[in-house]
Amino acid sequence: MVTDVLQALRFASPRATDPEVAVGIDAESAVVPHFATHTAVSAEAVLCANNTAAASEAVRCEEGAQVVTRDLRGAFELEGVSIRYGKETVVSGVSMCIPSKSVTALIGPSGCGKSTLLRCLNRMNDEIAGAAVTGAVRLEGVDINDGKVDAVEVRSRVGMVFQRPNPFPMSIYDNVAFGPKTFGIRRRSELNGIVESALRSAALWSEVKDVLNKHAFELSGGQQQRLCIARALATEPEVLLMDEPASALDPVSTQQIEDTIAKLGQEMMIVIVTHNMQQAARVSHQTAFMLRESNEAPAELIETGDTKSIFTNPRDSRTERYITGRFG
Amino acid sequence: MSHSRSRLNKESARLANNAARVAITLSALVSIAALLAILCFLLLNSFRAVGEVGLWEMLSGTIWHPTSSPPAFGFLPAESGSLWVTLIAIVCAMPIGVGAAVCLSEFISGRVREVAKSLVECIATVPSVALGLLGMTFLVPWIRTFFSLPSGLTALAAGLMVGILCLPTIVSISEDALTAVPDALRQGSLAMGNTKWQTAVKIVVPAAWPGIFAAILLGFGRAVGETMVVLMIAGNSGLVVQGPFEAARTLPGTIASEVAEVVRGGLHYSALFAMALVLFLSTFVVNLIAAQVIDRSRRRWSR
Ligand SMILES: Nc1ncnc2c1ncn2[C@@H]1O[C@H](COP(=O)(O)OP(=O)(O)OP(=O)(O)O)[C@@H](O)[C@H]1O
Ligand SMILES: [Mg+2]
Repeated sequence: MVTDVLQALRFASPRATDPEVAVGIDAESAVVPHFATHTAVSAEAVLCANNTAAASEAVRCEEGAQVVTRDLRGAFELEGVSIRYGKETVVSGVSMCIPSKSVTALIGPSGCGKSTLLRCLNRMNDEIAGAAVTGAVRLEGVDINDGKVDAVEVRSRVGMVFQRPNPFPMSIYDNVAFGPKTFGIRRRSELNGIVESALRSAALWSEVKDVLNKHAFELSGGQQQRLCIARALATEPEVLLMDEPASALDPVSTQQIEDTIAKLGQEMMIVIVTHNMQQAARVSHQTAFMLRESNEAPAELIETGDTKSIFTNPRDSRTERYITGRFG
Repeated sequence: MSHSRSRLNKESARLANNAARVAITLSALVSIAALLAILCFLLLNSFRAVGEVGLWEMLSGTIWHPTSSPPAFGFLPAESGSLWVTLIAIVCAMPIGVGAAVCLSEFISGRVREVAKSLVECIATVPSVALGLLGMTFLVPWIRTFFSLPSGLTALAAGLMVGILCLPTIVSISEDALTAVPDALRQGSLAMGNTKWQTAVKIVVPAAWPGIFAAILLGFGRAVGETMVVLMIAGNSGLVVQGPFEAARTLPGTIASEVAEVVRGGLHYSALFAMALVLFLSTFVVNLIAAQVIDRSRRRWSR
């Protein structure tokens, strides 16, 4: 029961950078007078699961005389999410909120289901035979697994960057212009603009601006990965999911990608899976820790919260053991 | 003890390895030798015709009258017949074959896919005589009435049946090329919000294009060489073929129908060998190109 509440813990702060504002959402109403300090909210473990109506609206939160308005648009809410492959349940009972315009890190030992959980945010589990997701995954209050919601629509709002760079076998330009072209943008000048701004956001523009017609396979691994980020950004998603985007890269490329993430996190929601604790600490505002305690039992969400508090003052001893490198 | 056993294992593994290498080299040498032998055999036997008629006169002559006097040995009737039949076969088999391969690799999975694949391979086991009979009973009368022709025995009838014959080649080799495209590309495309259909058409097929092209070339080789169906339903005319509704006669069809009646070592005999040489070289070159393309596309993903 205690772990349930802990699991359901809402990220206490919208951004690690403004810790003085803590927003909690009650089960009944959207406007909640939660006069709480940062730590108090964390300890209280506020359930965010039942506020479907509130999610798409701005949530007002009064703190003393001050009225703080926070935009909840684009936020993800997971409620009781379990994922099965065939008969085996690998992730069970995950409830959490992921705020927009911030970077959220998903950490945990290998095989605990981070990629699996990430894939259920853009319905990529649909493509795996035998995979089944239960529970609610809401984006702006709408369950994306609802029969009426089109997976294609979800994925055009929630982009993804994979662990290994997977550029398409075509030129750099065509890779980035691919998404916009499928959305029906044909005008060359418009495409040029989109390609340039996506490549700039992915911190690749200066390196490739003179060789846009070069085949994407001729780029280095780090450049290819940034190309994949640019490709995802060109479709203007609201959310970007990144599954260990820097795991195959050297420190310099990693640094460049982290810079890119930090910049993008100010504009959009980023969820990043990483094995690198320093990386999680460097780039993320929130952190969620998952753990699969035995091979028979499914993985659960152990703790979520501010990156700073998770890394300096974790509530759960298992979190502490993991981040200090004592298991996993 | 365990030491010596492991040394023994290593020793036998080395021996097996060497034996395999020798076997592979030998079989490669044997096939190259066979190929060269066939080539020499064809060359030697066609010398007389080339010398007496002239190479260019033969390749571009429009009249094939081997038994009249003076005889005429123009290959163009047979060449044009082969071209039309093959063209019709490929034009029909290409979209169907590639489409089926895309369906098999991108849209069907599990048991259905296995069953469908073995059905396609079943076509390859049907003797071409049986397909010829099928064409004769159903396709030929249908073509005659549908296009109101004096006879249904046309290049079109033969082309359609030959198209069926080269379907298995096109389907299975295209399918190999498509499944060799890494899944990461499909995932990347789907994750951008492309539909399965868009992913298949815009990413997977272009990525597999060299292999698909090779499949078409191999299907072409299969179609050019097909003899029996053409003998049965192409109409067997000796004139240059100018359209799909004309009766036709192909290179292999001509050779097969005349070789029994010629005098061994005679000019007609030699001319048929020259015809076989043309056929051999054209299919050989096409297959060589296809093999090159397949090889290159395979290397593309193993980087
Ligand atoms: N396609 C699949 N079919 C069946 N089981 C799968 C599949 N993908 C993952 N699993 C199982 O689900 C569990 C979680 O896998 P997942 O890839 O999500 O782990 P992860 O946390 O991303 O690991 P890593 O850090 O090594 O990438 C594993 O036990 C794995 O065996
Ligand atoms: Mg993973």
